[in-house]
Amino acid sequence: MPLLEVENLRIEFPTRRGILVAVDDISFGIDEGEVLGVVGESGAGKSLTGAAIIGLLEPPGRVAAGVIRLGGRRIDDLPYEEMRRIRGKEIGTIFQDPLTSLNPLYTIGQQLVETVTTHMDLTAAQARQHAIDLIGEVGIPTPARCMDCYPHEFSGGMRQRIVIALALCANPRLIIADEPTTALDVSIQAQIIALLKRLCREHGTSVMLITHDMGVIAETADRVAVMYVGRIAEIGPIRDVIKNAKHPYTVGLMGAIPLVGCDADRLTQIDGSMPRLTEIPEGCGFNPRCGHVMPRCREERPDLMATNGASLAACWLYEK
Amino acid sequence: MTSISSDQRERAGLRASIYRLLDGDIFYSFSHSPLVVIAAAITLAYFLAAVFAPFIAPQNPFDPGALNLMDALTPPAWTADGNTRFLLGTDNQGRDILSTIMYGNRISLVVGFCAVIFAATIGVSLGMAAGYFGGWIETIIMRIADIKLAIPGILIALMVDGVARSALPLEMREDLAIYVLIFAIGFSEWPRYARVTRGATMVERSKDYVAAARVIGISPVPILVRHILPNVMGPVLVLGTIGLALAIIMEATLSFLGVGVPPTTPSLGTLIRIGNNFLFSGEWWITMFPAAALVILVLAVNLLGDWLRDALNPKLR
Amino acid sequence: MIAYIIQRVFQAIGVMIAVAFTAFIIFNFVGDPVDNMVGMETSVKDREALKKNLGLDDPFVVQFARFMKNAAHGEFGISYQLQRPIAELIAERMPATLELVAVSAFLSLLIGLSLGVYTGIRRKSWLSNFILVGSLAGVSLPTFVTGILLIYIFAVSLGVLPSFGRGTVVQLGWWSTGFLTVAGWKAMILPSITLSLYQMTIILRIVRSEMLEVMRTDYIKFARARGLTDRAINFGHALKNTLVPVITIAGLNIGSLIAFSCITETVFQWPGMGSLFIQAVGFADIPVMATYLMMVGLIFVILNLVVDLFYSVVDPRLRVGRSVMAGN
Repeated sequence: MPLLEVENLRIEFPTRRGILVAVDDISFGIDEGEVLGVVGESGAGKSLTGAAIIGLLEPPGRVAAGVIRLGGRRIDDLPYEEMRRIRGKEIGTIFQDPLTSLNPLYTIGQQLVETVTTHMDLTAAQARQHAIDLIGEVGIPTPARCMDCYPHEFSGGMRQRIVIALALCANPRLIIADEPTTALDVSIQAQIIALLKRLCREHGTSVMLITHDMGVIAETADRVAVMYVGRIAEIGPIRDVIKNAKHPYTVGLMGAIPLVGCDADRLTQIDGSMPRLTEIPEGCGFNPRCGHVMPRCREERPDLMATNGASLAACWLYEK
Repeated sequence: MTSISSDQRERAGLRASIYRLLDGDIFYSFSHSPLVVIAAAITLAYFLAAVFAPFIAPQNPFDPGALNLMDALTPPAWTADGNTRFLLGTDNQGRDILSTIMYGNRISLVVGFCAVIFAATIGVSLGMAAGYFGGWIETIIMRIADIKLAIPGILIALMVDGVARSALPLEMREDLAIYVLIFAIGFSEWPRYARVTRGATMVERSKDYVAAARVIGISPVPILVRHILPNVMGPVLVLGTIGLALAIIMEATLSFLGVGVPPTTPSLGTLIRIGNNFLFSGEWWITMFPAAALVILVLAVNLLGDWLRDALNPKLR
Repeated sequence: MIAYIIQRVFQAIGVMIAVAFTAFIIFNFVGDPVDNMVGMETSVKDREALKKNLGLDDPFVVQFARFMKNAAHGEFGISYQLQRPIAELIAERMPATLELVAVSAFLSLLIGLSLGVYTGIRRKSWLSNFILVGSLAGVSLPTFVTGILLIYIFAVSLGVLPSFGRGTVVQLGWWSTGFLTVAGWKAMILPSITLSLYQMTIILRIVRSEMLEVMRTDYIKFARARGLTDRAINFGHALKNTLVPVITIAGLNIGSLIAFSCITETVFQWPGMGSLFIQAVGFADIPVMATYLMMVGLIFVILNLVVDLFYSVVDPRLRVGRSVMAGN
């Protein structure tokens, strides 16, 4: 049984011009210990999905339909207090900007100990020791001294390590990482990703890695889901999706990534751009830009279906 | 396309702009908040009353010939001793309270508006200079503005008023009183505008098109006026509306304290002061109605200013 | 840290000198002091003599130095209007103003802060909306209108509270206090409510908007994502971060109260420095005005200094001196 199951999730935004659908009936699962990458352009609905899973979708957005299960137990309809207990303890979260994620007026020791004592039954001394151990685990030197330092005294990469420590401190089963490296220098990105990978492997934590950076996914994920206009275009094992993309959008994405050693003069480019939420096309969302478009694509929306490879794609090309 | 005259194109553009305005978010938020619509209507009513006071007031309270001492101290029309000729009663000289309010409202609005325009003009100019030229110009202007902001406006206005009073020879004091007042209130308010304008100017200045214009050698004034000014207008408008309410309160306060407009041209504040003397003898209407008029006006303007600030705030859209 | 304190103290002294200088300019060069002190009939010769006596012939710098020396010794000259030493007047009236301001500060901060925090946390409750509407009314009521209204209701109609004066005061040395008598407290009620109302609503609105800003930040979002309790988030994280700008507000609030006390004192005929100042403005009594300016300037400077120092205690980012942890 997968650790996390998302079925037919639908996220809507009521506006005065009508209801905008930001995430339209997506389903996927994450197994124990696996890293699922969720990739797509800005506005494809990735972050909203993450927010909905932990129950922190900001109004006026709301979950209009769907079921979310963690370890077999339904969590999308829990009362606030019970969901609060799950947050941090069973599902940890990492956000994009480490500078603004940490409260500038509290030392990192205070913030760590607070999170630990909220979820775990430890004495003050034990909590403090646990915090020190965590700081050491994420690779920050002289952990005991750092406990009394404030966030502004650290560099960007160090801060993101602290954020990771905070997300991991109650030993959650799943981590949702929303663009964890986007705000960091390129040289630091690799280190942070390696850290995340190692820690999750060691603790057996599953990861939902949300990003627009395909390179990060390629390095880290076991499986990947490609999102487009609030729907999943393709989902499958990482090797298959990269080497053998099935959905025309994914093919375009892969073609646009420069590879070391390739001979091409030009990178392929997908014409046009992702439509705004107010102008989602009928049928398959990609049809205006697709090179293989058929009349059916403009009328009916395809569900994820099996292809001749290991991944599933939402495309009429693969209909049996 | 060339067959359309430039005139027609301009008109089409204007019409399109109006449609855009009516269809836009701002107007939507306006028409859907009943409170704000009422506030706007009230403000408009006061404004019109001020402009047309001589025509619509039941009586000209400053024409001694129109007054009759026998009418003095009449209570409001709906009470036992009231008289329908004097809807809100009369004061100790037989002046119709409703009329005095209408005329007083004129003075209050005029002083308020002028003070705001004065403050905004100085503030925006200094702010743009500070933001654009930087260096010691900026430091000096902003330092003074900071010190100013730390001191409550009313004290500054009082100080300026007092100093002007003693600096001017006695005969000229009355005539110039209103100008002194406008200057005093405006002088205490300019730092707000300067602060905001400087910020916006600095943002625009760092943009490429400004750098390009400077490289070509265009002098700063056209750049400031054509490009930076429009971007600053939004926040300045919000400040101006809230500032109008503040200016009206300040003028009323100064007049109430006896150091505002001269008694010959009473504003709402002066009326309240005069009426205050009759509070204990039971003629409450002489002070209460002007006070109510003042409060309603300020409330309406404040509501408008609040709504404007939220509507123009990019973060909340 | 010590360096910061010393720097701020020096700045404060600088501002004080600037204020004193402005007061001096006003004092000596606006209008003719001699003209103001003597009648019309005094001969030119006598005027010259008086001028020399007062040292008005001396060079500018000498006059300024003398002015500063006198000020430091508490000698501020004589009021044109009341013909009494200003220092005496101030000593008489200062306790009245300070007591009024103290009570009003306490009231406005207490109620303003708590209501502001409440409406920031419970945004949708009907009580919050009610308070907000009330605050809009509070901001639109000029101080003197509030005073008149309260006088009319409680003094004229109901007759339960006095409408002027301080009631009975007890003399403790040179300080006269109204806190030790029932009549004194009764007399304090209406003026302090009047004075604090306007400030209270301003504080309420600022605290609320700060609270709302803070609640939208990323670190609050992250705190929620970590599963912290509402209590920990609201009072531990949000409140502490709101407090930092609120300190400045508290400091400015006291300054505003002193300014607005002029109005309240006039409405209630409260014998404080404020009403003295208003009278001086009306009479163009320059020495009193200049002295008041300096007094108020001094209080403001001290206030600002205290607020700044408090800031550096609360916000660790301002504590210069710790090096940034290196590494990545």
